[in-house]
Amino acid sequence: MSANIGVVVFPGTNCEQDVARAVALVGGTAEMVWHTETDLDRFDGVVLPGGFAHGDYLRTGALAGHSPVMSAVKKFAQSGGPVVGICNGFQVLCEAGLLDGALQKNAGLSFVCQPVELQVAAVDTPLTLRFDVGDVVNVPINHFEGNFVCDEQTLQMLEDQHRVVVRYKDNPNGSVGDIAGICNEGRNVVGLMPHPERAMEAILGSDDGREMFRSILDFASSERSGA
Amino acid sequence: MTSATAPLYAQLGMTADEYASVCALLDREPTGVELAMYSVMWSEHCSYKSSRTHLRRLPTDAPWVLVGPGEGAGVIDIGEGMAVAVRIESHNHPSAVEPYQGAATGVGGIIRDVFSMGARPIALMDALRFGPLDDSRNRWLFEGVVSGISGYGNAVGVPTVGGEVVFEDGYSGNPLVNVFCLGVLPADKIIKARAERSGDLAVLLGATTGRDGIGGASILASAEFDDTSSDKRPSVQVGDPFQEKKLIEVCLDLLDRGLVAGIQDLGAAGICCAASESAANGGCGIELDLARIPRRAPGMSAAELMISESQERMLAIVQPSDLDAVMERCAHHEVHAAVIGRVNETRRFTLVDGVFDHAGVPGRNAPEPSGKGGTSAVADTGRGDERFADVPVESLGEGPEYQRPLSPDPALKTSQDIDVWAQLDGRGVDVAARAEELLAVLARPTIASKSWVYRQFDHQLFLQTVVGPGGDATVLRVNDTTKGLALSVDGPGRMCELDPRTGARLAVAEAARNVACAGAVPRALVNCLNFGDPGREHVMWQFSEVIDGMTEMCEALSLPVVGGNVSFYNATDGVDIFPTPVLGVVGVIDDLDRRPPTPALLEGDEVIALGATLLEVAGSQWAAQHAVEGGMPPACLPTEAARLIELVLELVDGELVRSTHDCAEGGMGVALAEMCIAGGVGIQGRPGLSGDLPEAAWLFSESANRVICGVEPNKVDAVINAARRVGVPAHRLGTAGGSRLSLPDIVSIALSDIDDVWSNAIQRTME
Repeated sequence: MSANIGVVVFPGTNCEQDVARAVALVGGTAEMVWHTETDLDRFDGVVLPGGFAHGDYLRTGALAGHSPVMSAVKKFAQSGGPVVGICNGFQVLCEAGLLDGALQKNAGLSFVCQPVELQVAAVDTPLTLRFDVGDVVNVPINHFEGNFVCDEQTLQMLEDQHRVVVRYKDNPNGSVGDIAGICNEGRNVVGLMPHPERAMEAILGSDDGREMFRSILDFASSERSGA
Repeated sequence: MTSATAPLYAQLGMTADEYASVCALLDREPTGVELAMYSVMWSEHCSYKSSRTHLRRLPTDAPWVLVGPGEGAGVIDIGEGMAVAVRIESHNHPSAVEPYQGAATGVGGIIRDVFSMGARPIALMDALRFGPLDDSRNRWLFEGVVSGISGYGNAVGVPTVGGEVVFEDGYSGNPLVNVFCLGVLPADKIIKARAERSGDLAVLLGATTGRDGIGGASILASAEFDDTSSDKRPSVQVGDPFQEKKLIEVCLDLLDRGLVAGIQDLGAAGICCAASESAANGGCGIELDLARIPRRAPGMSAAELMISESQERMLAIVQPSDLDAVMERCAHHEVHAAVIGRVNETRRFTLVDGVFDHAGVPGRNAPEPSGKGGTSAVADTGRGDERFADVPVESLGEGPEYQRPLSPDPALKTSQDIDVWAQLDGRGVDVAARAEELLAVLARPTIASKSWVYRQFDHQLFLQTVVGPGGDATVLRVNDTTKGLALSVDGPGRMCELDPRTGARLAVAEAARNVACAGAVPRALVNCLNFGDPGREHVMWQFSEVIDGMTEMCEALSLPVVGGNVSFYNATDGVDIFPTPVLGVVGVIDDLDRRPPTPALLEGDEVIALGATLLEVAGSQWAAQHAVEGGMPPACLPTEAARLIELVLELVDGELVRSTHDCAEGGMGVALAEMCIAGGVGIQGRPGLSGDLPEAAWLFSESANRVICGVEPNKVDAVINAARRVGVPAHRLGTAGGSRLSLPDIVSIALSDIDDVWSNAIQRTME
């Protein structure tokens, strides 16, 4: 199974090499996409990795949300291509209007880097194709602003439409509804705060992220053959 | 404080003799900017004028050392064509005044040192010292420093993979913030800070130059603290991790493309230091144009431009033919770049103002001079012009060297003669009392879990962290090779206070033993030497003794010192800190094909102690718990240290042990408790463990050179025999199992109680 994944790099992004490594570990190819690029047609899928795009100085993801590359990401998403935002990438997708809600400072008001258990809540997304609802995976988090918030109507909508993709078993940051990741209405754009690329090898603590990256490649390949 | 009526050189921290030396070497009085440059370059912080004579005694050579002390970072060969660059540095004084920015900029500075060698920085560690947490100011400092490291380190994209935190009375007014950084690079791609070709351009990369951090080195780091110290807050720099992240990427990009001939970080003494060192190292001279320096504040003087310590700047030496390509890469990475000067053959450091064009060519399209009166410094050769500078380039880096008087504090002998055991005997008289004592030691913030600290740091970036923070050593995989690295930082100031030479031996041995516990051969050491006022004879004596103790142990372990940093003037209101050498040791694992042993015990394993436990409680955490001071620290023989490390490496390499843990601070009780907590299993001990020793002494003694291991039952004989062969005592302590740490007649505590106290002590204090 092979697919070509574009990894979007803003100034200040720092998880791009790790994501590329994870893609390669499950048989895909990855190519860096600088934030000034405007064409993503050559890719089967797009990942927005973690880090601190533009220093996150205005508000996390706020400047990056208006980067030239984001117009291309929107177009890519509208055509049904899989888009996954991890951590800062999730924040950028929210700021760009591709996903609902926002991420605010953790309830504990400090940065948290630790493993967490996630429960899969929806399986028809690029991140979770290979899972069953209720599966539990061990994936680390690494963020200061991962506390997912939205108004009650939006929350109700997300729940009604089964758009919560993964939930924390033991909520580490105060996110509403224990939400760790969601998808868009078209179910091809996913954002999550945990870092599946950090859970690819048992020697580093967990390899539960492999099935997530395999799902991304599966989705990307099927999307390509379907199109 | 120096009064405002003192001569200018004195206000800048120079002595009359030093000023006379400057006048003699210039054969005239220095101009304003020259005086400013010498005052910073010859400060203790930049010139090592009190320490150089002692530092020379340290062993620095080994076949695998590629770059020793004196460059941005030390570099060692780890095989497979790869090398590792390491550096440690203090940021104590800025952190004491402004903990968040002080710590943050400490992180930024050391990262630049490492990538200035051409290495990608992949790991940070911190050694931190604070006063006790029951004091609100200490809690403020602790919280601020941890936030600063987290805020800067996480955003800059270099994981903080480990470190240590110690809380002692002696650091209340003067916390220590020592930051260690490690980078990796191909062994044949080392870059040094050299300007060795006349006509090359000096290109300033990164942030603009402002008034922040003026005199940080000379004002902050070269004087002790008193109640006016908060006035020095303007001398603290402000960090911008986003700028630094871009700077890392652009510099590594330029180096990778071979577009720069040399590169250097701008740290203490700013442009002046980076430009003069690059030229002096390359046997050249350098001319800088003040008007070409991008600045963030109007009206900056020449002196301010030269010595500003604005963060996130690098100086690259570039061939004119590569300039366009350099500018293109800088534009791509959105990093500002400006040609500010030119290398020449004069071996002098000179300043002009408004002479060079944007490509460093004199005469064409020169900007307006920045100085007063609108004339260039070249046209106005009047020596009264405070912008004029023309000095021998080497002289800036060749400060005075002092042989400061040294002698031990007369009170030290009395302190060492104290019978510490006599004062502790009678505590922990029975099993129940000893349980209370052990729980109290486990709750000491120095001993308790630091997860409150570590979880605020990204320690997993780069998919390399095999063993994260909190154990004996951090273990990293060097991606795309078979190699692993084990890293440890240690610095037992309490022991050095009792006897600096022994304390230094203990520090080196412990750091080396920690990496050996992970199966890594200790290959390089970097030191950050934190001491009090070098003008006091006992402080210089402590310094000299620490150097000798380190030398003895490093020689026994074939461990070269590849770099370091000295921080003097760590004193508040006339009271010096404990002499605190913080040592970072890098160990290399040849073939990291599985997770190395950690302190986590496995159920059913036999627990074996290697090394002898003696009646050595002076300096121990137990003694500190009862405020019993004095005595001599545990003896630490270099030959015994080397023998134990060899043995541990043999046992790990032969897969004879499944868990290992260094036994040091807190003694046997703490080491066993930590192994139980990490493994989630108790220990059923054998009877009569304490032998001839009083039970409490056995439990809390901090005898040197001990390691506890967990061994599968069928390998116990092999371990005992291996120890016997090399003459290391080995004792079977018991079997891992159950839910209690149960040592017959000594102590018995439920694992849940131990875990609760140890895991939550710091969090409870900080909430």
